[in-house]
Order: sequence, then structure tokens, then C-alpha cells
Amino acid sequence: MMRILRQQGWIAGLLVLFVLLFIAARVIQPSYGAGDFGSLVSAVLPFAFAVAAQTVVVIAGGIDLSVAAMMAVTSVTAAALMAGASEEFALLVVPFVLLMGFALGALNGILIVVTRVPDIVVTLATLFMLQGAALLILPAPGGGSADWLRSLIFGTVPLPVLPAAVTAWFPKALLLLVVLLCIVWIPLKRSRLGLSIYAIGSNELAAFRSGVPVARTKILAYAIGGLFGAMGGLSLTMSTGIGAPIPGPYLMASVAAVVLGGVVLGGGKGGLLGPIIAVFVLRLARTVLTLLAIDPNVTAIVEGTILVAVVMFGAFIAMRSRQS
Amino acid sequence: MSISATTPEQAPLGRRIKRFMSDYPLVPLIILLVLLVLVLNIIQPGILNQRWVGNTIKFAIPLALMAGCQTMTMLTGGIDLSVGTAATMAAFIVATQGAIHDPATAMLMALVPALCIGFVNGIGVGVFRVHPLIMTLGTSLIGVGCLQVYQRTVIASGAKVPDFLIWLGTGVTWGFPNALLLFIPVAALLIFIQKRTGFGRLLYAIGDNERATRLAGVKYWQVILALYMFSSLLAGVMGLLYMGLIRAPSLSLAEPLVLTSVAAAVIGGTSIFGGRGSYTGTIVGALILQVMITLLTVLQMPEGARRMLFGAIILAVTAAYLRIIDDK
Repeated sequence: MMRILRQQGWIAGLLVLFVLLFIAARVIQPSYGAGDFGSLVSAVLPFAFAVAAQTVVVIAGGIDLSVAAMMAVTSVTAAALMAGASEEFALLVVPFVLLMGFALGALNGILIVVTRVPDIVVTLATLFMLQGAALLILPAPGGGSADWLRSLIFGTVPLPVLPAAVTAWFPKALLLLVVLLCIVWIPLKRSRLGLSIYAIGSNELAAFRSGVPVARTKILAYAIGGLFGAMGGLSLTMSTGIGAPIPGPYLMASVAAVVLGGVVLGGGKGGLLGPIIAVFVLRLARTVLTLLAIDPNVTAIVEGTILVAVVMFGAFIAMRSRQS
Repeated sequence: MSISATTPEQAPLGRRIKRFMSDYPLVPLIILLVLLVLVLNIIQPGILNQRWVGNTIKFAIPLALMAGCQTMTMLTGGIDLSVGTAATMAAFIVATQGAIHDPATAMLMALVPALCIGFVNGIGVGVFRVHPLIMTLGTSLIGVGCLQVYQRTVIASGAKVPDFLIWLGTGVTWGFPNALLLFIPVAALLIFIQKRTGFGRLLYAIGDNERATRLAGVKYWQVILALYMFSSLLAGVMGLLYMGLIRAPSLSLAEPLVLTSVAAAVIGGTSIFGGRGSYTGTIVGALILQVMITLLTVLQMPEGARRMLFGAIILAVTAAYLRIIDDK
């Protein structure tokens, strides 16, 4: 009971932090409102999927360094397939890319299980391989995106009963994010597989001895991570309309958000909600810095420092909990 | 190990080859190097001349220096991905400050940010126990940000690479690249540190069994801090040399070498888990990679395929070493 309370307390604290940052944004710039919230959500979208991918893998006791490269390769695949193709064709592209992410994630897991090389080395190697694959698919940013796909994340959800002032606060991107995360996460968390993922994360040997299929669970955890990565890649293509083969800054951000969201590096603890709120907090902090009219390059330094500090803090907490 | 050691004549051939490879990792590496050069000579007859050898060595030296950072950090089970940023910062600063100050001052100024990166890495890894990979990735992000801010302050002053660095980077004396003047002492120093000093033994000890080393009274964080600062300093020196070789300052000068340097150390027999490896192997590893890069260029392989190949090499070699260690 105490643990649940403490975990909810952590999430509540993050929400309070988010609200405080939002108020700060409004104080700095009184016109900061619904429209800006919408653009914040669409900027968060790829980050949120990267965080979701990292969260599942970290809970299972691993770490996925290839998450940004996975997004790049799925994004360029989607963009290359949709370039010049019909709107209906994109209906086939989306499941194909999701399947591809799932398969590539599973490949990560299979390599870890078969070679017995630690997660961090395997995913470092696959990071380079996926990066190379992305460059082979599209040597330079390009490709295209179906219009209906792009319209999924722009604009607001039309709710007929409510006045426009209220619906303005429900951007489509937020709806898409919540729906996609819930479709994967809620059944997962309630299934035997979800329980196994937590089990191998907290103690692999104990899980093995209690009859949990460790190898299969690990492969599936990475595969689900890959699926989220593919969603992130698609959201990149959706928001920019093209695919870029160079991975964005999603790896470091995902690790920091996972730590800030209360998931312990090492596995077995935490949920998806905390890291998702954490990534909103981190992006909003960036917006506040921009609103303060700080040079964008300095913002990058401050952001990097925050990320490093958060990761250091997380490692410190993990060390403390190991000692006690 | 103990069974096959007492009755070597009964050991199967495969196991004997494995044992030989784990005991003398340099021999198969040199065989591989010679084979690659032969293949290259068959594909492109006549490429094997003094000029090509000199050029290969010239480009392999920066790679070997950077792989030296990886070798040292990997001995403790770590890795240093911020070396690309440290080297790039040193190179960019020496080129821009070279236009204002005299070369010696510019070079000293260039090494300061590299040392700062190493200091932060050392504190993060040694005191806060962040995984080295994540820590060094984070500091390299911060470093790139700082470099971008710095770039805007010096955009008007232009750039000038000190003549000494150009002489060192591109010059050739009696058929030998001048860079060897820097590389041979540095390589000797690295090998000396690894084989003959207490610090070097501590690195192996930490990589082998960190807990036992700490219980034996070693101040873990001091060793790690010194290690990461040394690694960044080496990266800074490499950046200076690389600037002299490339002669065009850019904000991502040494970044492409990071991955290759990890691959060079891994191919050279340094275990990414710590406790095993030597700089001699890394030097051969860097030469192998440099020849391989020429080979891929001759075969007109695109950049993407090259990266995929390097990733596959790192994974395959690490898995192979793991099997060899498991057998012991």
C-alpha cells in the first residue's frame, strides 16, 4: 500500500511540476494558451513514443540504445514508401512499418538472448546497424507522407457538445498518443506477459526458477519497445512530412524521462504514466527557456545539463536502494 | 582450461585454436591484416606502394589515438563516447584561437574544455555511478551545445590552423609520416601505463572485479576520475593532430571516428566488459579498420553499408570473445 502511495505521489509531484511550468510559461508570455499547448503536444509526440519504448525495455531490466536509430529507420521507410504513392497505399504502409519495428525490436532481443552479450553492447551495435540501414534507404532527408496521416496530428478533436474554447485544449496529437499507448500498454500490463516483464526485471534468476520463460519475455519486451519505436518513427514522418536518416536526440531524452518518471534503471519498478508525464515536463521546461528569450544553443546546453543531472540523480537513487 | 592444459595433445583442434587465439590475440590479427592487404592488392593491383602505406598510416594514427581512449576506459568495463566531442572541441578551438593567439597558447587553450569534459565524466561515473555510456553520451551533448555557442562568438575572427600542426598532420620525412613523432611516444606511454604502472594494474583490476578491488581498499572514484580525464586529454591531443591532417574546421570533425574507434579497440582484443586487452592489439585493430575502409571505398560501398558492417563487427567480435572466456 505504501509503495503504491509513494508511486502515485511521485506522479502527482510530476503533474504539479508540469502545472507550475505551465503557469510560468503563462506569466512570461500571457498569450501562451491552447494553440501553444497543441504545438507542445505535437513536439512531444516522437519523444513520448521513444520514452514508451525505453520504459518497457528498462522495466524488463535492459536498456535500448538503438531507440533513436529505430525511429530513424522506421521513419525513412515510411517516408520512402509513401513518397508519390496514393493515399490508400499509406493504409498498407502504416501496419508494415509497425510490423517492421516489432520485428527489429525482436531482433534486438534475440541477439541479446542468443549471443549472451549485455543489452548495452548489443543495442549499441544495432544502433549502428539501424543507422546504416536508414542511410541506405534514404541517403538524404526526403520522401513523403499521406495527407490523411498528417491530418491525424494537426488540429483539435471536434467535440460537438463542448464550446470551441474547451475543445481547443484537446489537440488530436494528444488523443492519438493516449489511444496508442493505452492500446498497447493496458492489455500488456494486465497480461501474464506484462507480469513476466516485471518479474525478469526485478530478479531474472528468481523469475527463471519460478518458471517464467525469461528468453521469450525478454525478446517480446524488446519487440514491444521496437513497436513503440516504430510509432515514434511514424509520428516523425507525420509531423515533418519527410523522413530524415540521422537519428534525433531521442536516446538521451528517453533515458532521462524514464529516470525522472520513477522507473528504476535496472528494472522491475515503475509504470508508463510517470515517464510520459516526465517527458512533457522536460519539453515544457525547454519551451519556458525559449520563452525567456534564451539563445537556442544555450537552451541546448541547459537541456543537456538537466538530462545529465537527472540521470546522475537516478543512478544515485539506484545506488542507495542497492545499499539499503 | 585446466583439463586442456594438462593434456594438450588430446584437446580437439577447435579448442586448441580457440586457446591459441585467446593466448596470442595478436597473431590472428596480424594474419587478418596481411590477408586484407593481399585482397586489396588483388582487387586493385599496384595500389601497394610506399605512398599508399604512408597514407594509410597517416589516417590510422588519429583513429589509433582515439581507440586508445576506448582501450583505457574499456579496461575498467567502461566506454567513452564523448571523445568525438572532446577532440572536435580541441580542433575547433585551436583553429579559431590560432588566428588570434600564438600556436602554443592556442593549443593549451584547446585542451582545457577536453579536460573539463573528462572531469565531469569522471565525477558522474566514479562518484554517482552512472553507466559510462550514458554519462559520456550526455556530456558529449552538452559539449556540442557549448561548441555551437562558442562558434557564434568567433564567427568573425576567422580560422587559422597552426603551421606546426599541419606539418605534424600532413608532413612526410624520409617516407615516414611526421605524425609518428607524436604517435610513437604516446603509444609507448600508453603501453607503459598499462603494463608497468600501478595505475594500469588498477584499471585491469577494476575491470576484472570491481567489488573485490574496492574491498581491497582502492579508491574507486579517484582511479575513474583520473582515467576519464586522461582519456579526454588524449582525445584532445588527437583532435589537434586531426585538425592538422584535415585542415578544415567543422563542428563535427572527429564525430565519425567515435564508432570506428570502439570497433578498433574491440577488434584489437580489448574486452568491452573490462579486464582484458592491450594497446598493441588496438593499434593493429586500427590498421585493420583503415585498410578495410580503403577496401570498402575501392568497392564503392555506401556510408550506410559501412556503418552496418562496423556494427556487425562489434557484435560478432564481442560475442566471439565471450565464448572464448566462457570456455575457460
